[in-house]
Order: sequence, then structure tokens, then C-alpha cells
Amino acid sequence: MTQFLEVDHLGMTFNGAEGELMAVQDVSFTLAEQEFLCVLGPSGSGKSTLLRLIAGLIKPTAGSIQFGCLPGEQPSISLVFQQTNLMPWRTVMQNILLPLELQGIDRDQALERANAMIHLVGLEEFAQAWPSELSGGMAQRVAIARAFIAEPDLLLLDEPFGSLDALTRERMGAELLNIWQSQRTAVIMVTHSISEALLLSDRVMVFSPRPATIVAEMKVDLPRPRQEETRYDPEFLKYAKLLRQAIK
Amino acid sequence: MIKQPVSEHKSSGKRHKTLEKLARYNGWLVVVSILLVLAVWSLGVQWGKPPAFLLPSPQAVWDKFVSTLADGSLLRHASVTFFEVLAGLFFGSLLATCLGYFLAKSSTLEKLLSPYLVASQAIPLVAIAPLLIIWFGPGISSKILICALIVFFPVLVNTIIGFRGVPENLRDLMVSMRATRWQKLRLLEIPAALPILFGGLRIGATLSVIGAVVGEFVGSDKGLGFLINVGRGQFDTALVFVAIFTLIFMALSLYGLAMLAEKRSTRWKTAHH
Ligand SMILES: Nc1ncnc2c1ncn2[C@@H]1O[C@H](COP(=O)(O)OP(=O)(O)OP(=O)(O)O)[C@@H](O)[C@H]1O
Ligand SMILES: [Mg+2]
Repeated sequence: MTQFLEVDHLGMTFNGAEGELMAVQDVSFTLAEQEFLCVLGPSGSGKSTLLRLIAGLIKPTAGSIQFGCLPGEQPSISLVFQQTNLMPWRTVMQNILLPLELQGIDRDQALERANAMIHLVGLEEFAQAWPSELSGGMAQRVAIARAFIAEPDLLLLDEPFGSLDALTRERMGAELLNIWQSQRTAVIMVTHSISEALLLSDRVMVFSPRPATIVAEMKVDLPRPRQEETRYDPEFLKYAKLLRQAIK
Repeated sequence: MIKQPVSEHKSSGKRHKTLEKLARYNGWLVVVSILLVLAVWSLGVQWGKPPAFLLPSPQAVWDKFVSTLADGSLLRHASVTFFEVLAGLFFGSLLATCLGYFLAKSSTLEKLLSPYLVASQAIPLVAIAPLLIIWFGPGISSKILICALIVFFPVLVNTIIGFRGVPENLRDLMVSMRATRWQKLRLLEIPAALPILFGGLRIGATLSVIGAVVGEFVGSDKGLGFLINVGRGQFDTALVFVAIFTLIFMALSLYGLAMLAEKRSTRWKTAHH
């Protein structure tokens, strides 16, 4: 079986004001179809850069990124950025509708899907609000809904739950699992939380400080569905300890 | 090289806001102030008794207004000027917006053209207006050209700044969602730049009125500028006043319309639920 995504000796060097800056160095990994991969690593190590490379926003300076789908075909990708970027002149509803509008999907059907999404992220009351009226966490939920609604082949999440409180964070994590299971998309998620990574993913990758190289990789063989209680499972704690040691 | 949007309120944004508030809450104050000025004017004329060709009384100006309105001449001349102003504003800003878009996209093109564009601003339009009338005739088309020329630069500058100001992270968003060039223009660039574009249009509207009058001064046989010339020649100062007030009214209406459009396009900035 060909892999869904193959990242091969990927390197990214920025030509910044202070000369050359290597953000990603010699990163190779594969992602299976419908796999859930979490990326851990210290701040500034190059995790966001990796996601931007995969999303095609920047071109790598070394190595390659290849998708195993039909030749000439591009998988659809949704990226939830680290900084929420909603269009300030569109309401919450219109922001969530944006990907469907770009795809030219029938308006009624799009509205139906958007309503379901707004319900999912718990923002029914704010459907007609402007982004300037939202709190940081609410805006982030809108961005998540906007990414989910597109039903992409690959979902790239850059610390999507960063500014959410612990409870909402857990709930959004559970919703993410639901969506992942029902839509069968592949996911790469950057997070700083070890337990979040273990609770959600099939595999965890740990990055070194800049330039990012993979220092540890771990398959998470915890049975699904995983619940909040899984956090106290001895097996889970064993994984957590191993990861913690890998990060240093 | 072009960094600031063209706006009359560069440093006085705060004062402008206060004025706006005053105007909103104290609309009657404006009426009072106008009445006050009229009273002073009227009393001044009564006591000072200046010759009518120096300063006519408000009553004389009003009578002139009514009589020119009745014989249709005021509307005829005003509509000529209005047409020139609108057509000049339309063509000038259309051209400026298109060119501005490409200048915003390509800094090479901007570097190539901006010396000429900036230098062209050093030429006083009043000075070349006679030339334009020689070349394009004393009819309406030369006036439209003058209006378009005077409108062009501020709209161009605002267009460049508007499109340059499109947030980079939203561009990334559109690219990541594989938006086409047309979708990027329609759903990102235009909405993001719209408030500044309307700002340029607002300034262009008042400038266009000036352009039309300048053109009509230099050579024409119709329009409010022509009417002012006639009034001056016949020592009919009341007629001059009527034409001036009509021009002010025209400029203010256009300015207000553009401001309304600007406000509507930035509802999301001032939203309070
Ligand atoms: N466009 C750019 N130009 C120059 N340098 C950049 C650019 N983007 C990122 N970098 C640099 O690359 C390095 C990695 O940045 P990146 O955003 O990928 O880190 P990160 O792992 O996502 O960090 P965090 O966890 O804090 O979000 C940083 O040193 C950053 O300064
Ligand atoms: Mg990051």
C-alpha cells in the first residue's frame, strides 16, 4: 500500500534579516491514510514551518513532499493556523461558509452543513456576530469549524486548542476524534500537551530544538475509543513518561 | 514610496471623531450656527450698507436663487456641472483603481512609474487647464478630462495602500484553500481594501467639483463655473453666491454619499451588539 503522504529529507532554510536560518533539517516520515499524527517539540523548533510546507504555502529548500494519491491529483487540505485568521468583514457564519463558497457548493446544502458545524463548536448564538466580537477561544473554534466543514483529505492543525480552557479543550478534542472517525481524514496536529497527543493520536513525533529534526517517534497503541479516564490508565502513563523523557 | 492613505484627517483623527459626535448628537447646533451666520450677514448688510456688487444681502441671494430656479437656468447649469463631476469621478477613479491594483501587486511596476506619477502632481492643473481646452475643445469632454485628472492621484494612492494592506495571514488562508485568482480578488482583496478605496473616492468627489469649476472658468458656455463668470462680469454678485452655494451643496452631497458607503463597508469595525 502506498503511503498517503511521504516527506523525504525535507529541509527549509529561511533567508532572514540575520542571515540564513535553518528551521527544518532532514525530516523524513510517512503518513498513512486516515492516520492521526501528533507533533511535539519546543517553541521555535520549526513545527509551524513543517505544516506550512505540507500545506504548500512555502516551498522547501531541500527534499520533497509527495502525496500518494493519483498522479496529477491534489488532496484537499485544511490548515488551522496557530494565529486565528478570520476575515473581519465576514460574520461567524460567513467565515465558516468560506471553504464551501470556494468549492462552489450549493448554498442550501452549504448552510445546512455550516449550521451543523456551528452547533458542533457551540457558537449558535454567535452565528451572526463579527469576529471582533468574539473572545480568543471562540474565534479559534470558528477557525476549527471552518477547517472541518471542508471535509479535507488532510487536516493540518497548528496548536488548534491553544487558547481554549481545559474543559472546552477536552470537548473539542473529543469532537475532533468524532470528525476524524466519521470523515476518515488524515490528521497532523501540533500540540504542546503530551496527554492531548496521547489521547488523540496513532503516532507521536518529537522534534528537536531548531533546526527541527525528529528525535523520537512513538506508536501509540492504546485501544480506541479513548476516554478522559484513559489518562489514568497505567499504559497511558508509561507512554507519557517515555515521551517526557524524549522531549527533555 | 507611497505609504500613507490620502486623507484630510492625518493627525486629527481624534478631533475628527469629536466633531462627528457633535454633528450626530447636536444636529440642531448646525442649524443654529447657520441661522446665526445668516443673521450676522443680514444685519451687517443692513447697517454697513455695502454696494450690492460687493456683498448682497441674504434676501437678495435668496431671491436670485428662486428666480434662477424658476427660469430653469440654475438647474440647467448645475446639471451640466454635475454630469462633468460624476463622469470625471467615474473615469478618473476607474482608471486609478485598475492601475493602482497592478502597482500594488508589482513593486517593479511601481518603481518604474512612480517618478512620473509623483512628478505629474507637481504640475498645477489650473496651469494646464487652458492647454487641455485648446486640445479637447470648450465642450464637456475637456471638463471631464480635467476632473478625471484631478481625481486620479488620490484614488491611485489609496488603491495602492488598500491592496498592499491586505493581511498576509488571510492571503495564506486563501492559498491554503486553493482559491483561484478571481476568488482571491473578489473574496479577499476587494473586501479588505474597500474602506480605503471609499476613502479615496470621498476625497476624489470634492476634488472633482473643483476640477469642473476650474475647467469651466477657463473656457465654457455652460455650467456653474460659467455662471460665476457671468455673475462677475455683470456685477451680479448675488448670482455668484447662488452658484457657489449650489457647488457647496453638490460637493457635500457627494462627500456624504461616499462617506456613507465607507461607513457601510466597515460596519464590522464598529459593531456593538
Ligand atoms: N517566514 C520566515 N522567515 C524567516 N524565519 C522564519 C519564517 N518563519 C519561521 N521562521 C523561523 O523559523 C523558526 C521556526 O519557526 P516555527 O514557527 O516553525 O516554530 P514553531 O515550532 O511553530 O514554534 P511555536 O511552538 O512557538 O509555534 C523560528 O526560528 C522562526 O524565527
Ligand atoms: Mg508554531
